[in-house]
Amino acid sequence: MSCGGNGGNCSCGPKGASQGSTAAVGAAVPGGLDGNGPDLLSLLRRVPGKPAPIYHASASPGSADPKLARKAPWWMRMFRITRVRVISQAFFFALFLFFCWVTWFSRLGGYPVSLFLEIDPLVGFATALSTHTVYRNLLWSLVLIIPTLVLGRFFCNWMCPYGTLHQLIGWLFNTRRNIDKVNINRYRPLFRLKYVLLLVFVILALFGSLQIGLLDPICIMYRTVATAISPAYDLSADALASRMENAGIDASVVRATVFRPGLSEPRIFYGAWFVGLVIVGLVGMNLIIPRFFCRVLCPLGAFLGFLSRFALWRIDRDLTRCTDCNLCVSHCEGASDPHAALRKSECFVCFNCIDDCPEDALSFRFMPVRKHEPVAGRLFGRPVISNRPDTEIAQPDLSRRRMVLTGVVGVLAYPFIRLSAAVNPGAFHAKAIRPPGSVEEDEFLERCIKCDQCINVCPTNVLQPSTFKQGGIEGLWTPVMDMRIGFCQLNCTLCSEVCPTGAIQKISVEKKLGLKQFAADGPIRVGTAFFDRGRCLPWAMETPCVVCEEVCPVSPKAIGTYDVQIKRWDGSMVVLNRPYMRPELCIGCGICEHECPVLDERAVYVTAVGESRSKDRSLLLRSIET
Amino acid sequence: MNAPNDPPRPSKVEVRRQNAAAPRVRASEDWPSRREFLRRLGWTALVAGGSAPLWWALRDPTGERGKPSAPVFRLKDYGVGPAPNASVLGIARGEQYDAMLKMAVGAIGGIGHFIRKGDVVLIKPNVAFDRSPKLGATSNPDVLAALIRLVREAGAAEVRVADNPIESPENCFQKSGIADAAHQAGARVYLPAPSSFEMLEVPGAKLIARWPFFYLPFRGVDKVIGIAPVKDHNLCSASMTTKNWYGLLGGRRNQFHQDIHNIIADLALMMRPTFVVLDGTRVLVKNGPTGGDLSDVVSGRTLVAATDTLAADAFGFYDLLGRKSDSDRPAYLGIAEGRGLGTQDWRNVARKEEQVG
Repeated sequence: MSCGGNGGNCSCGPKGASQGSTAAVGAAVPGGLDGNGPDLLSLLRRVPGKPAPIYHASASPGSADPKLARKAPWWMRMFRITRVRVISQAFFFALFLFFCWVTWFSRLGGYPVSLFLEIDPLVGFATALSTHTVYRNLLWSLVLIIPTLVLGRFFCNWMCPYGTLHQLIGWLFNTRRNIDKVNINRYRPLFRLKYVLLLVFVILALFGSLQIGLLDPICIMYRTVATAISPAYDLSADALASRMENAGIDASVVRATVFRPGLSEPRIFYGAWFVGLVIVGLVGMNLIIPRFFCRVLCPLGAFLGFLSRFALWRIDRDLTRCTDCNLCVSHCEGASDPHAALRKSECFVCFNCIDDCPEDALSFRFMPVRKHEPVAGRLFGRPVISNRPDTEIAQPDLSRRRMVLTGVVGVLAYPFIRLSAAVNPGAFHAKAIRPPGSVEEDEFLERCIKCDQCINVCPTNVLQPSTFKQGGIEGLWTPVMDMRIGFCQLNCTLCSEVCPTGAIQKISVEKKLGLKQFAADGPIRVGTAFFDRGRCLPWAMETPCVVCEEVCPVSPKAIGTYDVQIKRWDGSMVVLNRPYMRPELCIGCGICEHECPVLDERAVYVTAVGESRSKDRSLLLRSIET
Repeated sequence: MNAPNDPPRPSKVEVRRQNAAAPRVRASEDWPSRREFLRRLGWTALVAGGSAPLWWALRDPTGERGKPSAPVFRLKDYGVGPAPNASVLGIARGEQYDAMLKMAVGAIGGIGHFIRKGDVVLIKPNVAFDRSPKLGATSNPDVLAALIRLVREAGAAEVRVADNPIESPENCFQKSGIADAAHQAGARVYLPAPSSFEMLEVPGAKLIARWPFFYLPFRGVDKVIGIAPVKDHNLCSASMTTKNWYGLLGGRRNQFHQDIHNIIADLALMMRPTFVVLDGTRVLVKNGPTGGDLSDVVSGRTLVAATDTLAADAFGFYDLLGRKSDSDRPAYLGIAEGRGLGTQDWRNVARKEEQVG
């Protein structure tokens, strides 16, 4: 039911107004209602590809733009700001996947693979709170903070790859009727939960426990691609390529697409099922509440929501045109109520509402004046009355009382998680082995955002997302090394290159190995290897072995052997090279553990003690000095 | 909630009585039509009739049929037989690898004897570790490049370079310089993928009668050339051209060290190459097979081409590693010799040695 220029006879007039005395809509008013501020993006109002509103065509032909009356060229007819938005989303989504794909030794070539994390202002802000510094490229987050202060939460619907994923799935599997779309996309009180979560995370960060990574969308995306999607894709692509090759078809195109080429074993990850389940669950929630994650949980969205209350531009509703048909809500991504008082902190600036409005009543406008008056304006001397007089709600929907309660929760949460034994020097887990270049554990927990970029780039699969076992909830998904799965390759420092927050500091191979100017510091040790003589073949089973000694990469080798000749149980003579550890030389790389043939519980294994990043966890008296 | 002026509800008893009194209707529309009945019957018959033979065809009363059976393949003998009047060992001393290789291979028959026009040639270097080439833990990339050029000049249609390293394959191939050398010289590099391995059958082998093998690059290969550095090795004394084939195996190869000499003898049986090149340009004399320090490496200035891997290894052990006592020789050479796979008595085989350049 579109109201044309027949003004007072319109049956869809505002309910609050007395019939016949008001006009719900008016002819196009150049410069907008009351002339408050120039309409800079007039393209958004007069979308060339859209059928012209009725009052242009019939009621007041004089006011119609003569240019539009002619047939516009195809590119102009195609142009819509929402199409530009979709292109932007596709671009950034593809860029994100590309960055994940090149996060690998043979493809690195100088790409800023952690860029999305580095421009994520929540990462910059929270690490600044926990460490009082802004590491390396995190300064780039200003690139996002400043336009958000001007334009609002445009990131959520123009750049965020996770948001794009949610929108895409919600769009593909949407089966709602129009009326249901309107109802499901209204603001709900539940959506304030994200502000609660953000505040708790911020308070934890102030205490020195960085937990934003649990829910930060960029961290979730990188983590999911690293530990669930890329290994799953590679497994399928390899199977497909192998079938093709067996059938005599060249599969090099398929082989070229795998995320992690050149591996003889598929990569495996602790808790990949859980990371996969989280993303399936959160994305699946789109069928129940569209953009569930973005509206309800996203701490980055909440952060940008706080910032966007100052935004200079916002969606503005021309009350003299609005017929309260509510069509603008039907595709509203942020549930920001454009049909009523716009919630600036919820608006994703997706422009769907502008596209959907049949009356051309919505526009993206520079500093529109807030209105509380039911009288929205005057038309031909008569007052125009709206039944939804307020046009803007600037602040997030979190009352002061709730903020206080949230603060209390945050303050209590810190001791709850920090006093769990796993992250304390008295009871840290033997297998909480951090990658080389990591800062001391307390500082590590201030910096690590669980994005798992280090795990993404690790060529040997040794880096694993920590489970509750190695670090409790605080250490969940932070990188730990499992030497049964991989080993720390001697000449590799890739994890330190990609870490966006400096939990793993950027180190050179010289620093890692203690060469040249770092000779005085000695090599970086990530732990110490121990022999289990009860399981070692030459020690316990009269059987030669010493793979561990063979692969030990340091020179001189950290594993020596006692060579003895013994008479076996069957009377044969055998020479056994019984290995022992030279702890001053061991750097904890774990290749001995990885290659040990005693598969289940290795006869040589690395534990975190003796790691050089921490004095508390040193082993040898001498290593304290270095 | 009844509105006050609704008629009173009939009691349950009354409703029951009314229902009992109502006439029973069996109108024909209550029944499915004959067509519908036949349609349903047809579906039932189809599912039952279709599934029974299928079930019968899939039956597996003992559980044996359900077990996976991996396809097994065998490697062929890639040797081409001795050239007339050729030596077994061609030994070139010097610094210019192209000329040295030409001389050494010339001494054992010349590249034209081994490589025919249109051959697909696989070259197996040792790329086991992620090390700079200077550290001597991997094949010298310059020698490899010279070998690829030599093979291509002889008319090979395709040259492949493949290995399954111990450390991360990409890193090993990059940092050892092997990948760049191979690409520049015009060879194709094969890195392992999970699906690249198939079960190899080695008839007569003691330990690897069946073992997962890096099969993918071997599809359609006509000739195989091994090129291995000379390395000290604690457990088996020395790693040279015979042990080099270890890098083609997959699976639980860390068990091999329990019987290292028999496994290396098995490797000599597994692979009968066209010829091998013993790369004595950088010799890892201690802390092998990984090395890691420049002081572990000495310059050997030598390339050996051989049609007998055992003779080449025995020579390398004596001349390049400088272990002069024949009784210290790696036991695997003796075992392999005993199985008729070559001779370790390098002093008594035809050999030609020359200073090049």
